[in-house]
Amino acid sequence: MLNSIFNYFYQFLDSFSFLILAVAGLAIIFGMMGIINLAHGEFIMLGAYMFTILAKASVPLFLAVILGALFVGMFGYVVDKLVVSRLYGRPLDSVVATWGISLLLRQGILILMGPSLPGLTTPLGTFAVGESTYSVYRILLGVVAVLVLVGLYFLFMHTKFGLHSRATMQDNSVAQSLGINARRMYSTTFMLGSALAGLCGALYAPTMTITPTMGQAFQNDSFVTVIVGGADPLVGMALSGGVLGVIQSALSLLFGTFFGKMGLLVVAIIVIRVLPKGFSGLVEKHMVKGKR
Amino acid sequence: MKTKFKDAITTENICAVLVLVFFIAYPIISSAYQTLNMANFLITVILALSLALIWGYTGIFSYAQAAFYGIGGYTYAILCKNFTDPALTPLFLIGGVVMGFLVALFLGYFMFYGGVNDVFVALVTMCFTLVLETFLAQTAGSEWHIGAAQLGGFNGINAVTPLTIGTFPVKNLALYILALLLVIGIYLAMRIMEKRNLGYCLLSIRENRTRSEMFGYNTAFVQMMIFAVSGAIAGLSGVLYTSWGGYIVPSAVGMTQATMPVVLVAAGGRKNPTAVVIFTLFYLSLSQKLAASGSQYSLVLLGLILLLVVLFVPKGIIHSLFEIIDRKVVLPLKNGKAQAGGAAE
Repeated sequence: MLNSIFNYFYQFLDSFSFLILAVAGLAIIFGMMGIINLAHGEFIMLGAYMFTILAKASVPLFLAVILGALFVGMFGYVVDKLVVSRLYGRPLDSVVATWGISLLLRQGILILMGPSLPGLTTPLGTFAVGESTYSVYRILLGVVAVLVLVGLYFLFMHTKFGLHSRATMQDNSVAQSLGINARRMYSTTFMLGSALAGLCGALYAPTMTITPTMGQAFQNDSFVTVIVGGADPLVGMALSGGVLGVIQSALSLLFGTFFGKMGLLVVAIIVIRVLPKGFSGLVEKHMVKGKR
Repeated sequence: MKTKFKDAITTENICAVLVLVFFIAYPIISSAYQTLNMANFLITVILALSLALIWGYTGIFSYAQAAFYGIGGYTYAILCKNFTDPALTPLFLIGGVVMGFLVALFLGYFMFYGGVNDVFVALVTMCFTLVLETFLAQTAGSEWHIGAAQLGGFNGINAVTPLTIGTFPVKNLALYILALLLVIGIYLAMRIMEKRNLGYCLLSIRENRTRSEMFGYNTAFVQMMIFAVSGAIAGLSGVLYTSWGGYIVPSAVGMTQATMPVVLVAAGGRKNPTAVVIFTLFYLSLSQKLAASGSQYSLVLLGLILLLVVLFVPKGIIHSLFEIIDRKVVLPLKNGKAQAGGAAE
């Protein structure tokens, strides 16, 4: 009994951390700028490549993760300067443009680096509960996911940057007239979002095969999480990550991974019909009601 | 009447007539193989027009056109495998179209009545397409069958009966003519609709959804219906493709295929069906030449075209060309002819 409860908890933590880490970068870019970065999966892929190359060059893993995130963050800055910053206020055009970037990256990496990199083995070994063994690294990923959530909460709620960014999110023009440089807020956010994508890629690199198309595995789940979560990056992300994590892990345990993935989509379609603004819309409505 | 005719002389219309003449002359001036190849291009034109209808006219950005295309194709193939009588194939064609319509209607109901719009439509349709491809690709086992039709995983369904009317198989030239007639029909319907109340309603939804709703239009219903019609057109394209090649595979629903209509419509000029048709022809013949020299660069080319078009010619290449020629050549010519009238204005 205890074993199966732990087994379920482990599965849930796995789904939850995957969803949170995959969605974090996408969600803050969307919440702040209203832009969906369709190259998000490819940014994750870049992080994984950077990490693997560094790790192969025997850079300590911890450092390789940080460097991978920084590299993708810088890459995001360049992409923002060259492309995205020209498309502020044209969300559909930015969808098309970032899709172009995604195709370029995926095929470019395929041409440059070949169809796959030999991966690393999952570090940190395993531990046993009852008869089943579990990976320590996966537990660590769960901890990192929670840390990312806490870190973002601190960043948005307790720093000057967070205050400015929330102001820009709420009313762009008023924020600008009060002296906030909205363009710089946007490009910083895009850089931060890209760095989080890189972090996700670097963290998951040791657990999967490194291929140019690996980003798609993250992309679908992260889109669903953003759709279900709604516009507020923090509340939406945490809630939808939790709910979808429960659903996905339950379906995966009962019927297999494929049904877990299908379940996510079905839930997303139902949620947008019932709660068009996602979970963050629901929370906002009740909080506002409560205050009045 | 005369002024009306004069108004109709625009670069777009002149090009449309030229393209029509080209299509009619094509089977005469080229080989049977080339004609069959061009029939495939025409089928892709239908797919591109289905996206132009919702994205260009109504402002709904969808990645799911390839999914509806695949659903049409798979429906046709599955029906063909279950009922082997070739005389029934026209019914299967209708079946594929209806299936595209129904699935799009279902998806559209959830999206538009749920108040989902713009970027989120792009996301939902993309997820839908991804899941459909994943699902179809994992159906390799023999337990995945519908009636007598094995879904066949990555290999898809092969040796599908071509469309047959009576006992006459619609192949080669006949298929070309059928595809051409359908393209002309859809194109003309779109051009005529542009100047009718229905078209105005679509355009007004594109320009300002809230205001259209305030004017009393049921925007969610209109969006859902036009999305479903576009799904039916994409399904039609998929059926024709399956009949053309005799097979349908999951990669017909895959990412490359899903991107194709978006690129064609965005780069040609999404508000302008003529531009879409012309760019589709141009792009397909170019990419076929490129494929001969190494297909790995064709995706890079797609990505680059998308990026450059969005950044520098957001109205689309061909559409912008039309506007430039209209301004520089056609308008001065017209004004030159009718100097007196021009001066009065």
